Amino acid sequence: MARPHLLVHGRKDNVGVVVVEDLAAGTDMLVVVTEDNSDFRMAAKETVPIGHKIALADLKAGDTVIKYGEDIGNVVAPIAKGAHVHTHNLKTKRW
Amino acid sequence: MTLAERTIWGYRRENGRVGVRNHVAILPLDDISNAACEAVAAHIQGTIALPHAYGRLQFGEDLELHFRTMIGAGANPNVAACIVIGIEGDWTEKVVAGIAKTGKPVAGFSIEGNGDIATVAAASRKAKEFVHWASEKVREECPLTDLWVAAKCGESDTTTGLASCPTVGSMYDKLVPLGLYGCFGETSELTGAEHLAAARAVSPEIKDKFLKTWQAYQDDVIEAHKTSDLSDSQPTKGNIAGGLTTIEEKALGNLEKIGKKIKYIDVLTPAEAPARGPGLYFMDTSSAAAECCTLQAAAGYVIHVFPTGQGNVIGNPIMPVIKITGNPRTVRLMSEHIDVDVSGIVRRDMTIDQAGDLLIGMIEKTANGRLTAAEALGHREFVMTKLYRSA
Repeated sequence: MARPHLLVHGRKDNVGVVVVEDLAAGTDMLVVVTEDNSDFRMAAKETVPIGHKIALADLKAGDTVIKYGEDIGNVVAPIAKGAHVHTHNLKTKRW
Repeated sequence: MTLAERTIWGYRRENGRVGVRNHVAILPLDDISNAACEAVAAHIQGTIALPHAYGRLQFGEDLELHFRTMIGAGANPNVAACIVIGIEGDWTEKVVAGIAKTGKPVAGFSIEGNGDIATVAAASRKAKEFVHWASEKVREECPLTDLWVAAKCGESDTTTGLASCPTVGSMYDKLVPLGLYGCFGETSELTGAEHLAAARAVSPEIKDKFLKTWQAYQDDVIEAHKTSDLSDSQPTKGNIAGGLTTIEEKALGNLEKIGKKIKYIDVLTPAEAPARGPGLYFMDTSSAAAECCTLQAAAGYVIHVFPTGQGNVIGNPIMPVIKITGNPRTVRLMSEHIDVDVSGIVRRDMTIDQAGDLLIGMIEKTANGRLTAAEALGHREFVMTKLYRSA
């Protein structure tokens, strides 16, 4: 299997994790869903560091980010498909 | 050979437990006895001092936890024999008596009325006897599943949930049904996944015990002490640098450590020894690495498996800590801290099942005497959990 750029835990997830160093904006990423080993391709909209998340769909403020098939927090600023998802646009529902 | 038939070479202790190290520990009852213990350890080769910061004017549940941690550390099967040094005789003897229940050699010395120099001389003479006694012990062949293996993750990032935590989960799924004792903790760090953690309890009674423990943490620690929110502490700055954004995301990755199949059979208070037989246990602990590892060692665990993403360097003086990472960048930048490289998982050239087997192989090597990265680098973090201010 070719080396993936982005790994997604579950089919319901709307974010994936960058698993290569130096992922550049515009890269045509190989995305693998670990739950069933399915894959697809998608463009990275930004340069995103290894370990950080990328949105798999356009997300608007108030949407819930799903990872592991579970709720990991609220979208607090619009996120385009292929863009970086982190503390600037995602907040916990706890604490 | 099946996993059930696999063996390691360990030290069978007087109480039947299996140890994988053969330490003669020099244990201070309290902070002001550290200097005497370190002097004995510097003098008598083959001993190890366990300095720490507390032990004076503690009371109530906090004092009970201190005694449980002291006695548990001395009683751990990785400790062949133990010297306890304290300022006062009464509390010193209480710890000595607790450790003596294991049947191992233990002796106590108190400094008050003697001074450091005479105490160090007397304790050194006894420590030398213990070193000769311990170093005559020979490793014996023991079932792999006689080991007690604890887990905790640290400097987590998104790769811990993808790779290193599922590796530990695979190991537990394979070995716990065969008789291994397992342990996970980190009460605060299950926030966001507490519903999933609760669902893994073996019975409604244990589920209720778990949820009460988790809720007490929220009420007594978080709500009582928070200033704004915990966004700067949970996730930590290191977690955030590694790509983790929220506590929910961190918790979901953390929980991957307990695998997919097994259930935990009891909820332990900090440093409490498991008493329901072989199986997985949840312990109420802080998520700070040194505190959690020290409590698990005090409960009797002899090996620790520690998934890390960004590269936590933690060790423990009596319990070998095996580091596992699935982050290729951490493997590249911090290889001296990593015992098991499972970064093949994120490249999709290693399965989680294969990674679990790789970890089991490293547990065997470590049990047989291989020094972990943390041992080779001299990491000996021994940190008491303090429940509240001393009197």
